[in-house]
Amino acid sequence: MQKFEVETGLVAPMDRPNVDTDAIIPKQYLKSIKRAGFGPNLFDDWRYLDPGAPDADNSQRRINPDFVLNQPRYAGATILLARENFGCGSSREHAVWALTDYGFRAVIAPAFADIFYNNSFKNGFLPIALKEEEVDALFKACFANEGYSLTIDLAAQTVSTPDGEAYHFDIDPFRKHCLLNGLDDIELTLQHRAEIENYEARRRQEAPWLFGGA
Amino acid sequence: MAGKTLYDKVWDAHVVRSEEDGTALLYIDRHLIHEVTSPQAFEGLRLAGRQPWRVGSILGVADHNVPTTDRASGIADPVSRTQVDTLDANCTAFGITEFRMNDLRQGIVHVIGPEQGATLPGMTVVCGDSHTATHGAFGALAFGIGTSEVEHVMATQCLVQKKSKNMRVTVKGHVGPGVEGKDIVLAIIGELGTAGGTGYTIEFAGEAIADLSMEGRMTVCNMAIEAGARAGMVAVDQTTIDYVKNRPYGPTAAQWEAAVASWQDLHSDEDAVFDKEIVIDAATIKPQVTWGTSPEMVVPVDAVVPDPAAESDSVKASGMEKALAYMGISAGMPITDIAIDKVFIGSCTNSRIEDLRSAAAVIKGRRKADSVSVAMVVPGSGLVKQQAEKEGLDKIFTDAGFEWREPGCSMCLAMNADRLEPGERCASTSNRNFEGRQGQGGRTHLVSPAMAAAAAIAGHFVDARAF
Ligand code: SF4
Repeated sequence: MQKFEVETGLVAPMDRPNVDTDAIIPKQYLKSIKRAGFGPNLFDDWRYLDPGAPDADNSQRRINPDFVLNQPRYAGATILLARENFGCGSSREHAVWALTDYGFRAVIAPAFADIFYNNSFKNGFLPIALKEEEVDALFKACFANEGYSLTIDLAAQTVSTPDGEAYHFDIDPFRKHCLLNGLDDIELTLQHRAEIENYEARRRQEAPWLFGGA
Repeated sequence: MAGKTLYDKVWDAHVVRSEEDGTALLYIDRHLIHEVTSPQAFEGLRLAGRQPWRVGSILGVADHNVPTTDRASGIADPVSRTQVDTLDANCTAFGITEFRMNDLRQGIVHVIGPEQGATLPGMTVVCGDSHTATHGAFGALAFGIGTSEVEHVMATQCLVQKKSKNMRVTVKGHVGPGVEGKDIVLAIIGELGTAGGTGYTIEFAGEAIADLSMEGRMTVCNMAIEAGARAGMVAVDQTTIDYVKNRPYGPTAAQWEAAVASWQDLHSDEDAVFDKEIVIDAATIKPQVTWGTSPEMVVPVDAVVPDPAAESDSVKASGMEKALAYMGISAGMPITDIAIDKVFIGSCTNSRIEDLRSAAAVIKGRRKADSVSVAMVVPGSGLVKQQAEKEGLDKIFTDAGFEWREPGCSMCLAMNADRLEPGERCASTSNRNFEGRQGQGGRTHLVSPAMAAAAAIAGHFVDARAF
């Protein structure tokens, strides 16, 4: 997994609440059996004027000039600024894969949907929850200043603005540790193999019907 | 010390170890997999040279991409076919039980789990699908996970989890006739909002929930995720136990007594404390219809489309305006004036036998309106379909001009050939009315099976209780 330490990058504003995973990556693109290559279809319905298809050449499609990510000033953005309940809807991890494949490393919003939030950490992608008024201030600054960028320092748990303001964010220490070091969750869990086996053996005795096999 | 909630009990019983910060390694009893969110997990297992920890805990089924007509000729769309073939190949390679497309037991993953007794009270159940919340109807702790977590559960039989907070939604008293589980949960979401349950596990309680059949409880828990909660739960009672009895993967006869005895504790203690409590008066709940592009945008059938101008929160108001523009309706319009083009009865929310019975009861002896181009019934599983045919429901539907299809997710998310065309409007018994959910540019109104059936007959929304 890719490490996350410090990220300084251009900010793109996604100014609507409840951006759901269907909007982030429409389901017709979920048919891939790989993890990579979802970036060109990120926000597909909003980003293009004509319908797409899995495997289609996206460079030939008509882009929607009004959509935020298509505006030249936001080209190359690595930090997404969003509104409340970002990532709601389905559990598809493809939403995170599409965001990272596009080039985003972090998303800032007042609140996230739980599954999306969880999935983010498995992919070296950092979801940052700031207070509503802080997010609001960032939106205003981002709209007002072309080339607006932020610096995210995971170790310090801060988002710093160009004029020196630093917003603190909370993060679970375990997740922070894994992200800073790029650690694989499965390997970490398997360090507790004996405990899992003991638990399993005890439960087989107590409640054997839970092990009725498919 | 205060008592425990149902969620606390199931959680505590599954903690393998916990860290100081409250993170726990949680043991998973049942892992359901389908073709969309599993391929990359299998790919990960292979790359790392790992095997599934306990193959018998996994049950696989293809549901999202399968066609609902003419199955004998296979899957026409090559990309869909690749996904289903990949699941088949992975299940074979790892020795996982799978109900393949032409197996009578095949169906939507959240329908077949309970139907087979693969979902049992007190279990932890996961699936790479957010509507896994459905299984909470059995007093199980069930929630959706992402693909990396699918891989994690396969490799370790555990998940790294933080406990969520406890919320109880009590639906007090009894609902009137013609008000279904779907109406109850839509009314709850209307009250809570789509993010109101974020960070919580919701226990649904109260007489109106206890009155529901298991099918109705599954409908309610299914949509807990639409209120932002990863899991919804209902306490175990006799209704639960009766449903579970004699299911293929349930306890054997020799285990039955002990299993039932252990389930007696699967309810919140009297003195349990919830972080948040909501009480709704069942008598006030009417049949519901969503008008916008989020399940919280919902009103009773006798109401009018709400006005964004009356909303004080500006972010909300602009969301409402966008939704109205997308839906092509205007504020102040009576819900019953909204005409529909298509009807979809199906999905893991409402495709069980009781749902089909309820729709058939409305339709019987009537015909769909000519203005409704397609009315489709997609049973949740092959066994539901078989039961419905035994009861003659298929005949009622086809006589009324409805299409009777093969089981799968179908037009719930339009990954197969069943979809809305841009601008088409659908009365749907599914769970999500997001933009483009049922086909790009398609407009979805979420309703109960009876309401969808009534709309098909009338050509527009109408109070199903009048039928
Ligand atoms: S029926 Fe719809 S919501 Fe349910 S699992 Fe299938 S696609 Fe998901």
